[in-house]
Amino acid sequence: MAQVILKNIVKNYGKLEVVHSINLDVAHNEFVVLVGPSGCGKSTTLRMIAGLESISGGDIIIGDNVVNNLPPRDRNISMVFQNYALYPHMTVRENLGFSLKIAKRDQTEIDKSVDEASKILSLEDYMDRKPGALSGGQRQRVAMGRAIVRHPDVFLFDEPLSNLDAKLRAQMRVEIKKLHQKIQTTIIYVTHDQVEAMTLADRIVIMRDGNIEQQGSPTQVFENPINTFVATFIGSPPMNLLPGRVGKNMLEFSGGLILPIPIDFKDIVKPGQDIILGFRADHIMPVGHDLTIDGDSAMIEMSVGVSEPLGTETLLYTQLAGQEILAKMLRPRIVQDGETLTFNLDLGQCNLFDAVTQRNLR
Amino acid sequence: MNINRLSKLKSFFLKVSHHVTLFIAMSIICIPGLWIVLNSFRPTVDIMAKPPVWVPRGLNLDNYRAMFGGAGEGGVPVMQYFTNSLIISCTSTIIALFVGMAGGYAFARFKFKGKNAIFVGLLLTRAVPGVALSLPLFIVMAKTGIIDTHFGLILVYVAMNVPFTIWLIDGFFRQIPPDLAEAAEIDGCTRWQAFWKVEFPVAKAGVASAGIFAFLTSWNEYALASQLTRSTFSKTMPVGLRDFTSEFTINWGGMCALAVLLIIPALILTFIVQKHLISGLTFGGVKG
Repeated sequence: MAQVILKNIVKNYGKLEVVHSINLDVAHNEFVVLVGPSGCGKSTTLRMIAGLESISGGDIIIGDNVVNNLPPRDRNISMVFQNYALYPHMTVRENLGFSLKIAKRDQTEIDKSVDEASKILSLEDYMDRKPGALSGGQRQRVAMGRAIVRHPDVFLFDEPLSNLDAKLRAQMRVEIKKLHQKIQTTIIYVTHDQVEAMTLADRIVIMRDGNIEQQGSPTQVFENPINTFVATFIGSPPMNLLPGRVGKNMLEFSGGLILPIPIDFKDIVKPGQDIILGFRADHIMPVGHDLTIDGDSAMIEMSVGVSEPLGTETLLYTQLAGQEILAKMLRPRIVQDGETLTFNLDLGQCNLFDAVTQRNLR
Repeated sequence: MNINRLSKLKSFFLKVSHHVTLFIAMSIICIPGLWIVLNSFRPTVDIMAKPPVWVPRGLNLDNYRAMFGGAGEGGVPVMQYFTNSLIISCTSTIIALFVGMAGGYAFARFKFKGKNAIFVGLLLTRAVPGVALSLPLFIVMAKTGIIDTHFGLILVYVAMNVPFTIWLIDGFFRQIPPDLAEAAEIDGCTRWQAFWKVEFPVAKAGVASAGIFAFLTSWNEYALASQLTRSTFSKTMPVGLRDFTSEFTINWGGMCALAVLLIIPALILTFIVQKHLISGLTFGGVKG
């Protein structure tokens, strides 16, 4: 069993504290993705787990052992780096077998493990090439192969796909998911790409400024973001946010827009309270375009500024209460710029945030 | 005239002028060297002839025979000088490389107080001409009793080469992403193993180039060696050239023959290491 536990982990660089007492429990075999904007401390956290950065406070537990002061080689972890970090003077075979050679394993055992890893990652044809003669995707597969030959307790991935082009990234995402299904090991994965986080994770941990903002399954953080930061960071396109005020049994927005209070929030909000209404593009659609609404809804007329046809759907940029918002049209038809459409807003799917604390009022 | 023909003509003349300029430049660089090689095979009459004899009339090995001959036949202890040069140059190069690798790695990888100032200070030591130090060095070495020894000269050459090797090797280690050593540490290496098994092999072209520069500096150095060595058992080959000058005459032929022997090992070494230098650093392991 290789769970990873972070207890009140702090990291200081001189007087500057970059990670503020974070707590995280990663269960055995769980795929956890740390996601956040640049400089949020996610890579530093991963490097502290790897032992490449010292910790300034707290405990890191891998399996049943506190590993605070152990060097990386004694933590039984593997890591895949953003820029692959393959050894350029060694062939793919040598790269894959390097860790076992250092551990002074028997040559037949090394060969067996290397062959096994090369089969899992379809690297058989490149075994005698050096990294310089491989494409980006192949290099990334070698980097993953190097990580799996050791059968580590924990896999660490540090933005492994950010150097690949969009198509290859999508392909490698699937490969990483398959790899996790095959080898069943704890994975901690760092990325700034929320699509990677949503598609790969059993659990997403969203970080900002050295703190954990929210953690939960992809659906939980997508549907119930804890604050406006998570709401705009997770999901593509990001959640629409509309600042307004609670009136008498209604929400008032600039430009005279009035909407009913979503039923979940009726007992929570107080008249006069400044709020932000949040809703995703999927929950505001032109009437007649596949949006099925069970509960409350509101009809709004808006003119379309720009439309982005994506094939199966079209994104519509419109103005509402002085804010640019994004709506979606399923089963799309051609929309003229400036065309006025009637939109249906699914109030049951809306979130309300406090305008001062920016936190979800739910 | 057709503009295509004009352009073709222009590029032709440009190409010709490139070649001519290159030929002149290479002549200026190569003729003195060739002249030394040629003179080592010619009698003094031909060497001293005015106007100069450009096309050799008869070449022979007399100068070489005399050089390797006995003391009365104009011979000099070539093998002893060669051995001295080899010991001094190789030892000082190896030491300078080890210190250079340690220093270069430290400058490239670690953060410490006064790093930039120390680095600039190191380079500044190269700004002082070696000859300016010859007298103080002479006095210090005479007092400590290491004058006219291999050890003394090795010490001087190490001091001369270390700033340069540190600077050069620092540059090469800087180009190697720290991720490589970190990956090696995660793969089970100690920091020491990560250096020798991963970073050193990747940077070896850089270390080789630093090595050849250090070796050539020591091998060719004359000014300090001529001050700090006296006896046959410590004189290096460049200093040995002076054996061909006497009170009233200079044996140009013999001097050229010894100069040729001085050039050959340096040339061979350069050719061997050049392959390493050209193969260069292959950073396929990381995203370029």
